[in-house]
This record gives sequence, C-alpha cells and structure tokens, in this order.
Amino acid sequence: MTVADEPESGAGRLALFLGLSLIVMVFAVAVATAIGDYNIGLKTVFLSITNELGLTGADIAPIEQSVVWNLRLSRALVAALAGAGLAICGAILQALLRNALAEPFVLGVSAGASTGAVCVIVLGVGAGGLSLSLGAFAGAFAAFALVALLSNGATSGPNHTILAGVAASQLFNALTSYIVTTSGNAQQARDVMFWLLGSFGGVRWPDFQLLLIVVCLSLTICILMARSLDAFTFGDEDAASLGVPVGRIRLMLFAVTALMTATIVSMVGAIGFVGLVVPHAARYVVGPMHLRLMPACAVVGAVFMVVADIVSRVIATQQTVPIGVVTALVGVPFFAIILYRARPQV
Amino acid sequence: MSVVAQNLHWGVRRKTIVSDVSLTVAPGETLGLIGPNGSGKSSLLRLLAGLRKPLSGRVDINGRDIARVPRRALSQQVAFVQQNAATDTNVSVRDVVRLGRTPHRSALSGWSEADEAAVVAALDCVDMTARRAQAWQTLSGGERQRVHIARALAQTPQVMFLDEPTNHLDIHHQIEILRMVRDLDLTSIVALHDLNLAAMFCNRIVVLDAGSLRACGTPDAVLTKDMLRDVFRVAADVSTRPGDARPHIRFRAA
Repeated sequence: MTVADEPESGAGRLALFLGLSLIVMVFAVAVATAIGDYNIGLKTVFLSITNELGLTGADIAPIEQSVVWNLRLSRALVAALAGAGLAICGAILQALLRNALAEPFVLGVSAGASTGAVCVIVLGVGAGGLSLSLGAFAGAFAAFALVALLSNGATSGPNHTILAGVAASQLFNALTSYIVTTSGNAQQARDVMFWLLGSFGGVRWPDFQLLLIVVCLSLTICILMARSLDAFTFGDEDAASLGVPVGRIRLMLFAVTALMTATIVSMVGAIGFVGLVVPHAARYVVGPMHLRLMPACAVVGAVFMVVADIVSRVIATQQTVPIGVVTALVGVPFFAIILYRARPQV
Repeated sequence: MSVVAQNLHWGVRRKTIVSDVSLTVAPGETLGLIGPNGSGKSSLLRLLAGLRKPLSGRVDINGRDIARVPRRALSQQVAFVQQNAATDTNVSVRDVVRLGRTPHRSALSGWSEADEAAVVAALDCVDMTARRAQAWQTLSGGERQRVHIARALAQTPQVMFLDEPTNHLDIHHQIEILRMVRDLDLTSIVALHDLNLAAMFCNRIVVLDAGSLRACGTPDAVLTKDMLRDVFRVAADVSTRPGDARPHIRFRAA
C-alpha cells in the first residue's frame, strides 16, 4: 500500500521546480547557441537544429548551420552535463563526508585529474583521446587514494578528510605546475594553464556522448542509493545501525565521483565551486533528502554552467574568460555566505 | 527477543578493550551496563548490536548468529541509539524519525501505511508529535535525545541498544527517558553512568571493569559497597529495604 508518495514532502513542488528548471535550461542552451563572436538569430538556431535532426529542410546558410550544430550546441550541452555532474559529485561528497565544504575541487580530486591529464598532454604518456581520459581517471583515483590514506579511509572525521583534501590538492597542483614548467614549451604551458581553469572551447559531439552516458549512469546510481545517503545524516555508525552497508556504499559512490570528475576534467578542465554552490542552493529549494536533491542538483548545475559559459563569452569583448574564473566569481561570495551561516551559534 | 553473547573479545592493535565477555539477556528485559570511564561499555554495546565485529566470540540475537545476518535484516530487528549523534544538515524532527524506516524500505519503494504508522507511533511515544515539523537544530539536548529514541522506535525493533541515553539531560528527562525505555515492550540494553538510575530502572545490571565482566545480576546483588570500592573507587553506603531489589547508593565525600 502506497500513500501518495511521501507525506508533507512537497512532491508537487519538486515536479514544478524541475519543470521550471528544465524550461530555463532549454532557454539558456538556446541563448548559448545563438550568441558568440558572430550572433545567430534564435529562429535560425532552431531551424538549424531541426534541419540536423532531419525534421525540417529549411534554407539555412551551411556555415551558420555548422556553427550552431557542430560548435555551439555541442558546447552548450557538454556545459550542461558538466554542471550537472559536478553538482551531483558535490552532493555525494557533502553527504558522505558530512561536511558542507566537500566537493571534488576542494578534496583534490580535480587537481589529481588535472595532473593525470597534463602527464598525458605534456609528457606524452600514452596517445590519443582515450588515454587523456584514462590519465585524468588515474589522477583522480590517485588523489582519492591519497585523501583516503591521509584520513584513514575517510573515517577520521569530516574535518580531517577536508584537511587531507587540501593537502592532496596542493600536492597535485604543484606536480602539475612542475610538469608544465619543466617539460613544456611556453605555448604549451599557456594552453595547459588556460585549460586548467576550465574551457569549453574544444568540445565536440563525441565528448557529449561519453559525458551523457557517464552522467546518466551516475545519476541513476545516486537515485538508487539516495535513501542510503540520507542515512548518513548522523554519521557512518548511525547509517550502519539503520541497515546501510556503509563500506560498500561509500566505495561505490566514491568511485562514481572519481569517474564523473575525471571525465569532466579531461574534457573541460578543473572547474571549481559548481560542486560546492549548487547542492547548497538546491537544498534551499527541495530540502536535504537525496531522492529529491539529486535530480534538483542535476538541473540546477546544468543551468548554472550553461549560464556561466554564456557569461564567460560576453563579459569581455573579443575574449573568452576561463569558465573557472566565472564560476569562482559567483562561487566565492556564496562560499562566504555558507561560512557565515555555519559559524558557531552563541 | 533474547540476546546471547559468548566469549566476546575485541581490541585495537595490542590494546584489549573487551575481554572474554559472555552474557544472556532475556526477552523483554532491561539490562543496565555500568562501569567506569574506559571500561568498554560503548565497545561492548557496539559488539552486541553488530556494529563492530568481535575478534573472537559470537553474538546470537533470537537464536541467530548476527555475523551471518545481513546488515539490513538485522536493522529491522535491532536499533541502536548513539550518544549525542549530531548533524549540520537542516532536517526536521519528522525527517529524522523517518530515517528509522530505512531498513524497511527498498531503494525506490513509496511511503507505506506501515511506515507512516510506525513514525506516528514513535513520535507519540516520546511526546514529540506536536513538534514534528520543528527543525532539528532548534531542539534542546533532551529533545534531540528523545527524537533519536523515536527514530530507533520507528525501526520497530525487538531489541534496542542505548549508549548513555541520559547524558546531558536534567533529572526529569533522565527519569522520563529511562521509564519510557523500561516500559517499552522490547528487550533493551542500556549503558549508564548514573548508578542510582541503573538501580531504579534495570531488571539486571552488568558491571564492566577494564573490558571484563565483573558482576552480573539484580541491582541489589551487584551494587554492593565492595564492588563500588573495587571497581568505581568510591566510598559509598548502600541502603536496601527488605523485599526491594532496588538499592539506593549514597556516596561519601571522604
């Protein structure tokens, strides 16, 4: 017997919120596709897309259609997926580590993935697109392993784990800088540094397909494990006493986080603060329970990143500001608000 | 449901924390676990509840070795109330109590009538129904403790373990909570610091000293002057009345 979903929970409110967010996202993606060095009208954008999908045969200049489809739409959709993925990672880590500041960037996972990717690019370890992702993946896992080692398998308390993450983050950033400055030439160094701050410049459809699979798979796993994540509210032992197989869930979700972070970093660089900001914002709207929080994080993260990408392209004329700069400019004030709200109550 | 422990050993590295403890708790009984700081009360409680694996020995709950029962199945029968479990998450009283239904729900199952009934009954039992919508962060220490107990009750357990549930509570709430635990129709094992409270509310008391079981029996059999001196290192008078198994302890200042 099922009583209409969950009482006093506002399932309708969630549906409304998700619906509105999706509409905003479609609009944001359309705007992101229309604007650029060379603006294209929304109508042309729409017709270009329907042409490519084989729904219409409208007469659009091939160059415009190509720009819309091959460059901008793929870019906007990868941005949306990256935002969704990073937000989900943040929500997972905040729940498992019970720390409001946890996210892949703070925990050094992004830094590890960057180091792995830079090893492939600059040192030429391996070859081809796959090895870049693999490098990032190996780096992300190395960072996770280091954090786990320093924090006793993340069982030494939330603060300890964050400290371990800060140490890992410093170490891997230093390694990245060392590799770039000693092995790369000036142009390579500039490219890598730009990429490290995040850039959607080079992404194409194959990136979208890979990321779509990874993010959808991860979101599904998170939704299936949402109840278990809720049980971590009062800590690991409490979760265990509620029947959650703590070790298995933890390992599985850390692996999901590493996989998503590595995939995203290998495509668009290390983008900070999305994983931090979005889960907190989403919690204000849909509450702390993860069955609702996870989808909300995904759509809010997607909208946030697409908008950040638009801002990064229009904020300075003739220049694209690295996406990490934009997310940090929004993220840092939010970070300050969290710190202010989390201060000890007297 | 009965709880039977046989020769439990546990420790970290070379330090032994629980040493060769065997005990039997009858169905419906309220067992008090007392001992000085660091005597292994909390560790023993966690071994009995299956939250830690003993280095050797076994625990049977209702005749089944808990090492062989899956975590979730065990949690449908056994609840554990930690001391001072805290969170930074902005959850409501109701959210917390609802967590107690976790072992009874699959990943995507809806909220059933049984779930709702268990939560309503649990909130009612600790007298928090009127405050179910209140935020956890705004509760006092005693209210938080009651909500934790409600969450454990929402698990509809047959055995409940409580680790110093009266810590930081005023005397009214200490008595309130223990009376409630005693009157519940389930087997409960309670670690306690206050010896008089243990005497007042427990059917039997187990005394732990440096990880070993020192005494086990009814309050008047266990709480003796000699035991208090040897284990707790205090001088005290123990007054008993004929026909009453519940002694009163009066500590001496010098």
